Amino acid sequence: MSSPKRGIVVESRPSKIKENVDMPRFRSLPSAPELGTSGRSIEGAVDRPAITSVYMSALTPSRLRARSDQDRPGHRLLVREPLRLDCGIDFGPFTIAYQTYGKLNLDRSNAVLVCHALSGDQYVADPHPITGKPGWWETMAGPGLVLDTDRFFIVCANVLGGCMGTTGPQDINPATGEPWALSFPVITVRDMVRAQKRLLDHLGIDTVFCVTGGSMGGMQVLQWAASYPESVFAAVPIAAAARHSAQNIAFHEVGRQAIIADPDWCGGRYLSLGRRPVRGLAVARMAAHITYLSEAGLHRKFGRNLQDRHAVTYGFDADFQVESYLRHQGSTFVDRFDANSYLYITRAMDYFDLAAEHGGSLSSAFKGTRSRFCVISFTSDWLFPTSESRELVHALNAVAANVSFVEIETDNGHDAFLLHEPELFETLRGFLTGCAEHRGLTRSW
Amino acid sequence: MPAPSRSTALDFGGPDSQPAAMDSAAGGLRRDLRLIAEMIDPGARVLDIGCGDGALLAHLVRHKNVDGRGMELSQSGVNSCVGHGLSVIQGDADRDLEVYPNGAFDVVVLSQTLQATRQPRKVLETLVRIGRRAIVSFPNFGFWRIRLHLLFCGRMPVSNLLTHPWYETPNIHLCTIRDFVAMCDEIGVRVERSVTLDRHGRPYSLDPRGSLANLLAEQGVFVLSENLCNIKAAAHAAGQQG
Repeated sequence: MSSPKRGIVVESRPSKIKENVDMPRFRSLPSAPELGTSGRSIEGAVDRPAITSVYMSALTPSRLRARSDQDRPGHRLLVREPLRLDCGIDFGPFTIAYQTYGKLNLDRSNAVLVCHALSGDQYVADPHPITGKPGWWETMAGPGLVLDTDRFFIVCANVLGGCMGTTGPQDINPATGEPWALSFPVITVRDMVRAQKRLLDHLGIDTVFCVTGGSMGGMQVLQWAASYPESVFAAVPIAAAARHSAQNIAFHEVGRQAIIADPDWCGGRYLSLGRRPVRGLAVARMAAHITYLSEAGLHRKFGRNLQDRHAVTYGFDADFQVESYLRHQGSTFVDRFDANSYLYITRAMDYFDLAAEHGGSLSSAFKGTRSRFCVISFTSDWLFPTSESRELVHALNAVAANVSFVEIETDNGHDAFLLHEPELFETLRGFLTGCAEHRGLTRSW
Repeated sequence: MPAPSRSTALDFGGPDSQPAAMDSAAGGLRRDLRLIAEMIDPGARVLDIGCGDGALLAHLVRHKNVDGRGMELSQSGVNSCVGHGLSVIQGDADRDLEVYPNGAFDVVVLSQTLQATRQPRKVLETLVRIGRRAIVSFPNFGFWRIRLHLLFCGRMPVSNLLTHPWYETPNIHLCTIRDFVAMCDEIGVRVERSVTLDRHGRPYSLDPRGSLANLLAEQGVFVLSENLCNIKAAAHAAGQQG
């Protein structure tokens, strides 16, 4: 594994934060219509040429290779000391790719750790190096925003098993000289968090002011609070749950089977063979993307509107806008994501069950915690419904933890945490302001 | 059940009736809340159930440095509280108190909310279990104006405190001060202190067991605790089981 020297953080390009974002966006969608934002019309969807098939997005040969990470912007840390994973393997050395925004104060007390979701990455607030699209939480993190980079030092690391610079199945296994593929160990959310802890130790941050993230990011937040309670001053799990439900595991299984059924997957060895299972990965993404939206949201954005035509074609072209949109989601996803990473990360989410780690009692996971929690859910999120957040709140109450719980009304479904939700921003800003006062951080915003 | 929000469902009238500012000094607090605030020691762990817009909680956190938590039924109230830096959860006194451990708080406050709960007796028992002390305030249905209203008008009373018509009131379990004290006696809850307030919010020290208090008070504020005999009996029972 070619990596920087021990303990040295290599910065290829300084992180840069763009000026205030003008409008909220869909995550990482190049030419997709901005349908996720309230108040936007869907004309864009009509104007855009229909993507008739995900098969059209065949990748250029250069993209079939394992990507070189060295030219990616951001920081990299080589962790030499192996990490004991939940599966029992001592894994390492490995690389953590991460981004930082803002400055760490002298007390090292203003760090905010952002944990990304399944298909996210460390590019929270600067352009994605592959798609060129704005950071996935650019509406949340930046100067003067809720995660104010003038006040906080924001860190986000690509998860273990990911495909944006942190060691994952697409990287070369030094023992074989081939990509890890399925010989990569199965990782868990707790393993991801253990890796992040190494990073924070390296940065000299004993206590994080706040750990936050949505979806799988929220799972990591909870894992942080359970595994390292002394290191977490405030925890904000958004649209998350303390365990992955049967329904969610089922959806993940559909996605994985789509990848595995793709002939180009080749038992996971596609990179060595110069192939990529783009069709399977695209279908996985399409199926998953439906779960991120809500019926009401889909109806509002698309209804039964037709795509670039006045009548149905009596065929299997993308007659409907919603089909075109999903195909677009699928085809753009494969440009930036590795199929085996998708298998590993979905598996990590499936295995997540915080109560199981603590003898079946969720409240035991938080016993004695002094962290301040703010649990946030969305009314139309059926992937991580409010009932699961409420269960978490009850568990926290059972140990008399300091917890706030907010449900935000929206029809944006699970994806709401990535979109422009003013109430989410206000709530989180208020919560962080209160926490900052208790933490003794300068109150000047 | 509609939310018995403090600033809307139970309007006291008079100068203190404006929705309380989040950073209110004691003077800006509603009279009964001011009285409750005075009963709470600095630095205490406090749970305010039905905290509405968070006026009492904000006051206690800012001026008494309490470790304050809130619970509120209305989502807009919760979001506003959290947006102002208060630790508040969306929840229901009937459903969401059970999970708290014994003695989790020094003081549990239930102000103008008991009459809107489905099971007031169970709620009260839970209050004194999870808090070393409970402070409960409620409108007195034995208040003379209410009695006269029913007597002469023959219709369900609507007053400064009970502003809703019968068909849309959240107040489903109204009681008199005498009813309340009788229930406390029945379930072994100790009344440590009681203050009755007249219709202008002025406190009177009337015996809550006397008929005068039941007639003259528009509302009562009670400081309650679990009866020590009960605790000993429970401990004894637990010991026998063990």
